[in-house]
Amino acid sequence: MAETEGVRRRDFINIAAVSAAGVAGVGIVIPLVSQMSASADVLAASSTEVDISAIQPGQAIKAIFRKQPVFVRNLTPKEIEEANAVDASSLRDPQTLAERTKEGKENWLITMGVCTHLGCVPLGAGEGEVKGEFGGYFCPCHGSSYDTAARIRKGPAPTNLEVPEYAFTSDTVVKIG
Amino acid sequence: MSFPWAQEYTPSHPFMKWVDEKLPIPRLVYNAVGGGYEVPRNLNYMWNFGFLAGLCLIIQIVTGIVMAMHYAANTAVAFDTIEQTVRDVNWGWLMRYAHANGASAFFVVIYIHIFRGFFYGSYKAPREMVWLLGVVIFLLMMATAFMGYVLPWGQMSFWGAKVITGLFGAIPFVGEPLQQWLLGGFAPDNAALNRFFSLHYLLPFVILGVVILHIWALHIPGSSNPTGVEVKSSSDTVPFYPYFVAKDGWFIGVFAILFSIMVFYLPNTLGHPDNYIPANPMSTPAHIVPEWYFWPFYAILRAFTQDFFFIPAKLMGVLAMFGAILVWFFLPWLDKSPVRSGNYRPLYKKFFLFGLIPAMAVLFYCGGAPAEEPYVMLSQLASLYYFAHFLIIIPIVSAIEKPLPLPYSITESVLGADEGSQLRPAHGATEAVHGDAAVNGA
Repeated sequence: MAETEGVRRRDFINIAAVSAAGVAGVGIVIPLVSQMSASADVLAASSTEVDISAIQPGQAIKAIFRKQPVFVRNLTPKEIEEANAVDASSLRDPQTLAERTKEGKENWLITMGVCTHLGCVPLGAGEGEVKGEFGGYFCPCHGSSYDTAARIRKGPAPTNLEVPEYAFTSDTVVKIG
Repeated sequence: MSFPWAQEYTPSHPFMKWVDEKLPIPRLVYNAVGGGYEVPRNLNYMWNFGFLAGLCLIIQIVTGIVMAMHYAANTAVAFDTIEQTVRDVNWGWLMRYAHANGASAFFVVIYIHIFRGFFYGSYKAPREMVWLLGVVIFLLMMATAFMGYVLPWGQMSFWGAKVITGLFGAIPFVGEPLQQWLLGGFAPDNAALNRFFSLHYLLPFVILGVVILHIWALHIPGSSNPTGVEVKSSSDTVPFYPYFVAKDGWFIGVFAILFSIMVFYLPNTLGHPDNYIPANPMSTPAHIVPEWYFWPFYAILRAFTQDFFFIPAKLMGVLAMFGAILVWFFLPWLDKSPVRSGNYRPLYKKFFLFGLIPAMAVLFYCGGAPAEEPYVMLSQLASLYYFAHFLIIIPIVSAIEKPLPLPYSITESVLGADEGSQLRPAHGATEAVHGDAAVNGA
């Protein structure tokens, strides 16, 4: 009787068994792969609050966000002027300073301190560190130079220093992440 | 899996007979590295490096297991446990330095082994599978060495991990999630250190498994030899034991002297002083360099400084670096010349000695140098040659080259072409072995 229908009982069992084994296999692989992603405690530590009241114009600090450095920089009017004087469309990663800062807070440049080339920490945030030929940041690993808006101007880095998500919770406190 | 004239394993002791019937492991060993494996009689010292590589793997596994007894994979204490191993653990200094320099020794040996293969055409039929498995072993070795170098959690460990995992971030769309998945976080941290330790302990045993397949695949056609002419008769071979066990044993002595000089007198010469500074995610060392054995490939990575149409320079570098090794997988089919040995291929020999070797030397030097001129341009030229060598020069040379006349047999190449050495196979043994008449007719 089964032969006339084209599908024998044995075929059905065979397909069902292989399908069940396949589903079970996927079910086993998912947790094995997923366990390697960032764990809950790592994700929980993914926002940080920074007090910026002590940063004078021209100064910068290195904060820690997701175990990586963040540069919080108080730009001087001259540095803002320099950044705005550049034609953004001529840049490798075209962005204006206004697009990289919050409205009314153009002097606060907050970027990851992670070179977009291979992840080194650029120089320029610490006291007395070289700022490179564009006055922003300079990565010593492979010579990427960033300008005063932390935009890539020279060297191998493909994009500007990343601007993390952040918000001013008050005039003196920034919440990053 | 050997020649018809190979000696057969014949246990004499009743116990060994009993074992041979139940589980013939002694027979397996006898046929693999004993009197039952027939090897060409003309092997030169270049053929000692396979055995030596096996020894290096054993050294790494033994010293590594000891190191793991004293190491803790936690970012808070990892650096200290290594220092404690060196300073406080009995003979810990010996284990640590033997393990660290053992990695370097392993790569010296394996690079010679690989370039032996390039020159003597060891990758050609019927040994393609041996070659492919060898490339797999090399890739596994690179992964193992990289993860091992991260474990002491010094500055170079940390920044090496960051830069190398950052390479995966260059892949479009999936790059960043992939990098975070590999690290278990946004930057190298405890999660990354732990999984690197786990995998660093696992992979050597995976390597061991692939090494067994490598030897298995080798023993089906038998070892290659400096003439590249296949074995024809029993006068072409000698048993592995005692002949090559003795020769390999002598060579191990030479290796042990050099290795001991490194371990006892120059234990940190190949390392970086920066790695004696505990990892600091807030400060990058002035000059990040990988271990010396990665320099040629690191130079290729950094040679790409310009975007290539829509592909960013960073991704190009990553693709080129992996491509530099992946191209080896295609070598058996890129090189169409039926003549194996470079000794009988005048044009190939020139490109090998005056093209590939200098290009590798330049890449090696530039990979360890800072990323500035003239090193960038030199890396670019050498990378260009490197890829041209495999993808353009080898196929063209193998098509146009007129090889030198090959000796009729291995025996003839050793004893000269007089009447006595013309040992024509008596019972049609040529067909019984591997009829390579095409090769000899060339």
